[in-house]
Amino acid sequence: MIRMKEKLQAFIENAGWPRIIIGLFLLSLFIAAPMVGVRLDASLSDTLVRVGMNGVLVLAMVPMIQSGCGLNFGLPLGIIAGLLGAVTSIQIGIQGSIGFLIAMVIAVPLAVVFGWMYGQLLNRVKGDEMMIATYVGFSSVALMCMAWLLLPYTSPTMIWGYGGSGLRTTISVEGFWFSALSKHLNIRIGEFFYLPIGMYIFFALMIFLVWGFFRTKTGTAVTAVGSNPEFARASGINVDKMRTISVILSTVLGAIGILVYEQSFGFVQLYMGPFYMAFPAVAAILLGGASVNKASMVNVVVGTFLFQGILTMTPSVINSVMQTDMSEVIRIIVSNGMILYALTRKVMVKR
Amino acid sequence: MPEGVPLLKMENIGKEYFGNRVLADVSFSLMPGEILGLVGENGAGKSTLMNILFGMSVIEETGGYEGRIIIDGEEKSFKDPFDALEAGIGMVHQEFSLIPGFTATENILLNRESMKYNPLVEVFGDRFKTLDRTDMNRRAVKAIDTLGVSLAPDTLISEMPVGHKQFTEIAREIDRKKTKLLVLDEPTAVLAESEAQVLIEALKKLACQGISIIFISHRLQEIIDLCDKLVVLRDGRVIQEAKTGETNVRQIASWMVGRQISGAADAAQEKERKFGEVILRTQNLWVDMPGETVRDVSIEVRQGEIFGLGGLAGQGKVGISNGIMGLYVSGGKVFVRGKEIKLNDPSSSLMEGMAFVSEDRRGVGLLLEEGIDWNITFTAMQVQEKFISHLLGGLIKWRDDKAVTKCTEDYIKALEIRCTGPKQRAVELSGGNQQKVCLAKAFAVAPEILFVSEPTRGIDVGAKKLVLDTLRRVNEETGTTIIMTSSELEELRSICDRVAIINEGRVSGILPAKSPAEEFGLLMLGHVVERSPDEILAERCR
Repeated sequence: MIRMKEKLQAFIENAGWPRIIIGLFLLSLFIAAPMVGVRLDASLSDTLVRVGMNGVLVLAMVPMIQSGCGLNFGLPLGIIAGLLGAVTSIQIGIQGSIGFLIAMVIAVPLAVVFGWMYGQLLNRVKGDEMMIATYVGFSSVALMCMAWLLLPYTSPTMIWGYGGSGLRTTISVEGFWFSALSKHLNIRIGEFFYLPIGMYIFFALMIFLVWGFFRTKTGTAVTAVGSNPEFARASGINVDKMRTISVILSTVLGAIGILVYEQSFGFVQLYMGPFYMAFPAVAAILLGGASVNKASMVNVVVGTFLFQGILTMTPSVINSVMQTDMSEVIRIIVSNGMILYALTRKVMVKR
Repeated sequence: MPEGVPLLKMENIGKEYFGNRVLADVSFSLMPGEILGLVGENGAGKSTLMNILFGMSVIEETGGYEGRIIIDGEEKSFKDPFDALEAGIGMVHQEFSLIPGFTATENILLNRESMKYNPLVEVFGDRFKTLDRTDMNRRAVKAIDTLGVSLAPDTLISEMPVGHKQFTEIAREIDRKKTKLLVLDEPTAVLAESEAQVLIEALKKLACQGISIIFISHRLQEIIDLCDKLVVLRDGRVIQEAKTGETNVRQIASWMVGRQISGAADAAQEKERKFGEVILRTQNLWVDMPGETVRDVSIEVRQGEIFGLGGLAGQGKVGISNGIMGLYVSGGKVFVRGKEIKLNDPSSSLMEGMAFVSEDRRGVGLLLEEGIDWNITFTAMQVQEKFISHLLGGLIKWRDDKAVTKCTEDYIKALEIRCTGPKQRAVELSGGNQQKVCLAKAFAVAPEILFVSEPTRGIDVGAKKLVLDTLRRVNEETGTTIIMTSSELEELRSICDRVAIINEGRVSGILPAKSPAEEFGLLMLGHVVERSPDEILAERCR
């Protein structure tokens, strides 16, 4: 009995109360779902698809957190690189997985360039990264609102019908590279359950690459810079360079992340689309147990699952119970509450 | 000595910080109107003693103190500084506690302002009284006049020279009617010589009015000029209590730094020490390190030597190693094995085979949030590519966690680091064990020249001995040249071959460690002119 208690305490300490509470809440939603007439298999499938869609965007938080640049509120910048890749690939018009690959090949170099510039900026504002990053994200979105109108894309699927120029707010990728990843190896059980294994394999590959990066000499240096820049400098590390590398990596992952998202979602959303994309990703990684300067792959997976689970389940279940639309309110409370919690908490010291 | 009840009597005061004894069995007494000089090296326990007297919360938080404080024949124990103020003890701290945007008057009378009545008070209470500026001014001027300085009471603190700030602080304590005992913690450190002279005159006047003064200073001549008697603290103990009239600067200096050479040092020096070529040479080195500015240092250190850098705090001894290792902006020339090295670049210094154990353990020395393993191996991994396995034909430099753990375990064993294992986070270790981790980090690079800065600061006696023994052993076994910076002269003399004393950013002298302590003491205090006791007596209470 006492051992059980100890084990339980150790588990709670490891997982952290917020995760356990959210996890239990999510579990209760899954249990309640069939009772209020929401299909369990459909809900579960929805949740898992969303995890795959958003996973890489959440992963894009990790490099910057690890290097001490804080949460990547500037994620829209990476997303814009991804969007440019997406629309250019549609303009070229190659379909299927090759089209998706082309989108990535275009997006990644752009993300590297954007990331480098973003990194230079963040190196000048040490200590205030997150605030500046937020505005980098916002202002880049605003700038691109003009660019989307002016860029000389001509593909009829993308431009405004009445003026004949300028990109539309929502562009369908149907007929180009819709489900480029998701369609591979997908599992379908019954009418409602669907699991896109292909997308999951890609997500796993990305996780492996990032995990691997942090096992290399450079990755170790990036982590040390995040932990104590003075220590790193005294060990002969070029602190600014390591930070720039991490920002570039985060931006590239943001670009790839949005492409994964779009191929599953089926649409490219321009203009104000990327505006609020950073917040769900930030909330998810914090929910997963990351702090502002430490994040792991487990944090990414657990956080994405919990956050997307809540996001999927609350609308259907709570609405069925309460007969009112509370979903948006709960979603906002959860995501912003988590950001607030994580930014204010202190690391416990064990002795 | 005047007869009667002593104003202050401290009996057998002792204090421990986390098992680290900083004060033991300190006793002295002070008569009304007497001036007591309190001297001792940095870390001798002066500030702790005064914190106990003043009831600073840090004392209570760390487990209180031992012994008794008797004021006017009555035992007192202050819970907080307000109690101490109530009992008539005023304190002027090393750091100014003034409000920069307020005038001298406002600062002097803060929270003790003269008030004027107005009808609103009847409704809202005393908080609605207005300030009586005229009376405040009068009181401020009176306090300033007591000091005998020229200080405009309506000057803003932010626009004052440091000397005037110091006077403002003292004036504040004087205005307190109750003040019977004034404690001044290094009040002259920030003053120019002429200002210090004015201050000393002012303090003498105060003493003649019956206020007792405890005066802490490193400037021994001032102690002799001002004080009736002095107490010398060393390692938390009273080493000597003497009338200032019966002693001189040279004697005080030797009390301060201690006279005996410990047995270990004798043993080290019995053996004939052999050194190689000059391995490190600096030429007109300057380092812009805040609080430890190095102005012009030229030294030569030979291969295999243990070279000490000593001196009082803030004189620049700490800046030298920081500058050579590229952590602070520096200039001049540094040669390693006759070859000039690039300054202001930590990696080039590390590449030359130099390693550094920083005095700022928590700030620079450790990755507090990471495990011991990373702390120890990181520098070696990044600089020398140890603990790295090359994958895909050297394309990927993979961290070899097994080798990291192995190396860490070896050091944990060799240095007796007390921990739960290689993964324990550095922040969870005690100071002594953190220092051992820092040393292991430096050893892991297998340096030719090892800079060690304040290796024993803030660690207990047992760990201190282990750290020093380790350094000595490494020096003997591998021939590593060690350059050690320390505020504790005794420690330097016990381990080093030669010791350079740094004063005001310059080398004031290099002596073999065997030289008598008082010679070091004199170098530390810079050039001092001695005055005869008669002259001083004649000046008092004129």
